[in-house]
Amino acid sequence: MTGYILKRLLSAIPVLLGISVIVFAIMALIPGDPATAILGSYATPENVEKLNRDLGLDQGFVARYFIWLGNMLQGDFGRSFALNRPVLDEVLDRFGATLILAGSSFLLCSLLGIAAGVVSAARQYGLADKAITFAVLLGISIPSFFLGMMMILIFAVQLRWFPVSGMWPIYGDRNLPVLLDHLAMPAFALSVVATGVIARLARSAMLEVLRQDFIRTARAKGVNERRVIWRHALRAAMVSIIPILGIQAGFVLSGAVYIEMVFQWPGVGRMLVDAILKRDILLVQGGVVFIAACYVMFNILVDVAQALLDPRIKT
Amino acid sequence: MTFLTLTRRALLAATAASALALSAGGATAQTPENVLIVGQIAEPKSLDPAAVTAVNDFRILMNVYDGLVRYKDGTLEVEPALATDWTISEDGTVYTFTLREGVSFHDGSAFDAEAVKFNFDRILDESHPFHDTGPFPLAFFFSAVESVEVIDPMTVSFTLNAPYAPFLSNLAYPTGLIVSPAAVEQHGADFGRNPSGTGAFKFGEWRSNEAVVVQANPGYWDGAPGLEAVVFRPITDANTRTAEMLAGGIDLMVEVPPVALSEFQGDSYSVFEQAGPHVWFLILNAKEGPFADVRVRQAANYAINKEAIVNDVLEGTAEVAAGPTPPAFAWAYNPDLEPYPYDPDRARALLAEAGAEGAELTFYVTEGGSGMLDPVSMGTAIQADLEAVGLKVSIETYEWNTFLGNVNPGLEGKADMAEMAWMTNDPDTLPFLALRTEAWPDKGGFNSGYYSNPEVDKLLDAARAETDQAERARLYQQMQVIVQEDAPWVFVANWKQNAVTSDRVEGFSLQPSFFLLLDDVTKK
Repeated sequence: MTGYILKRLLSAIPVLLGISVIVFAIMALIPGDPATAILGSYATPENVEKLNRDLGLDQGFVARYFIWLGNMLQGDFGRSFALNRPVLDEVLDRFGATLILAGSSFLLCSLLGIAAGVVSAARQYGLADKAITFAVLLGISIPSFFLGMMMILIFAVQLRWFPVSGMWPIYGDRNLPVLLDHLAMPAFALSVVATGVIARLARSAMLEVLRQDFIRTARAKGVNERRVIWRHALRAAMVSIIPILGIQAGFVLSGAVYIEMVFQWPGVGRMLVDAILKRDILLVQGGVVFIAACYVMFNILVDVAQALLDPRIKT
Repeated sequence: MTFLTLTRRALLAATAASALALSAGGATAQTPENVLIVGQIAEPKSLDPAAVTAVNDFRILMNVYDGLVRYKDGTLEVEPALATDWTISEDGTVYTFTLREGVSFHDGSAFDAEAVKFNFDRILDESHPFHDTGPFPLAFFFSAVESVEVIDPMTVSFTLNAPYAPFLSNLAYPTGLIVSPAAVEQHGADFGRNPSGTGAFKFGEWRSNEAVVVQANPGYWDGAPGLEAVVFRPITDANTRTAEMLAGGIDLMVEVPPVALSEFQGDSYSVFEQAGPHVWFLILNAKEGPFADVRVRQAANYAINKEAIVNDVLEGTAEVAAGPTPPAFAWAYNPDLEPYPYDPDRARALLAEAGAEGAELTFYVTEGGSGMLDPVSMGTAIQADLEAVGLKVSIETYEWNTFLGNVNPGLEGKADMAEMAWMTNDPDTLPFLALRTEAWPDKGGFNSGYYSNPEVDKLLDAARAETDQAERARLYQQMQVIVQEDAPWVFVANWKQNAVTSDRVEGFSLQPSFFLLLDDVTKK
């Protein structure tokens, strides 16, 4: 098992290097430079040239890449032009907020999605199955940013049950209930589509497993039906559900960008959108590499979990 | 326990499906008394006035710092601030300021002539020990300054390399705000997060991506402010900003989207509007193609229905522009200038005369950018108006930075027209940078449409060197008449900045400078 994990970790290195090259090249190739973005109307060629020099952007493409990579390997991600603070500080601050949002959303969609899938598979073509299938279809079809805006209008502006935006109140204590208060709407809005996808796939995975011989054996042995479904069948079905969860985790993480914009959640997605518009090169590069690294690690974890669950995977 | 809390708990339980959620409590709090919560459009870059360029950041800075001079309430004319008086030498190259006695920075250090010298040396002198606290992107506002001398502790003089009339109004601009040398020495590159000035509010704390808090400076030389504190919250999404205002999460909101204005009718809110030094125009390529003929350029000015654009597209948040200088520069504006009327027949006649019927035009449009208002809808309306008089217009749309990268180097060989907007602090800036022959892109200017009229060049050079305001005004007014006739641009709109406050806020007004001044505001 250790060897398998090590092999997977080693294979992540070229992936991350590739990502660093791609994000660096994209930021270097898109038109418009940080100096133009900072100077706006005052971006004369002369001013742009001077500011680019001050920002250290007057060196060659390749030289800049290796300086950046070298610094990053030593833990120095550089300084954001637009926020005037170290990139790593900003990314870590923001990533924490995103993890809270995406993490709770992921938890929510996994639990709800699997539960809905199992229930509708167990009651195939029954009323519960039909109701769940309908709700799932509805959930998949609503764009999350639209759902978010509607939730703000109804639950924050009209009913005033929840705060409109942000992660913490401007004044007052910072504790778990206050955080949950701010988290409820964005986490729900973000989880809806993923819940639907997981529910559909969990349903078909369960249906396949329920037709297999060992389930019939278990039932014939007189095992309680609830136990058959939630223990025997679900455990077997998890082998095909877990990779879906891995994919949905990535989906939730990227979907967080819209939700963070709508709810002004101080997360890494909103940070990247702002940074791209301001051509805040180092922040975009550092942020993307950091997120990619986390995503790759998460996928390795998923693979390891699957290997542990499924004896057929050679480790 | 109230019904609301119960329902909310039920909802939380259903949505969060988590036992933790059951512990949630506390109703949405009303914002505290005498603490003003301002909904800003973005996180500030820095609170070092020499390091920033965005109006968004200026809104905070103007309350924390003072300059030597400032704009008189409701105008764009300068009046004393940290300097009580000044004299200008006969040839217009030496400005000598008498400084205000007894002023100290928030960190306790004294404000004096040495502090003023430190400020300007820091941004202008590359060998200054704290020049590395930059970059200072707008330092060129003071590029005419050759040296700053301390005459005595309360007198400082600036020597310019040539007469430069906009100097005083540049001093009133945020780039000219005076920072505490002691704080810069203490914090170095982190000064932008630990600012210290002489203003009505002193810096409290900056929680990244959440809020910048400033607190009243009871010893402010111009009278202690009415508020205890101001909280600037960055809320980048305009819809969310509107929702926060409606839900009572903020007390003051700037840059209300035109479509959201109708939400704030009624007694619970006050809506403010103020025209500022902004002009939205189309650059026409006067070097080649149909717009090389002045008749075609005038035809475009007649063909476009500017009334419809400001009223229907911009929902009344702008006024029709008459010429290159916004009316907010009241002293320099030519009030006799009438906008080109909407007259499609006249446009068709001019096009026929010039033989340009059915000409094909390439039109650069941006998706959005500083001061660009609603560029896509405006561009589409303009395209329709030009097609109505028989021109064939094809639009090319670009993201803002890409757009600037295409337009600023000049339109030659690429396009016939492009959208553009400017906000400036002096009537000199825009025409000097964008209408002179010497300002063609290859010479480092913004005259991307290659307009050239020696008479305009002469007037602008003379106005820049003239220190008598009345005479300067006369030169600018003459320039406006000529430029309007030559039509190097289609003059479209002057934006009116807006803001909404809740009924708890009193004493607020918007300034033509687009700065947000809060020292006279109170909140119930």
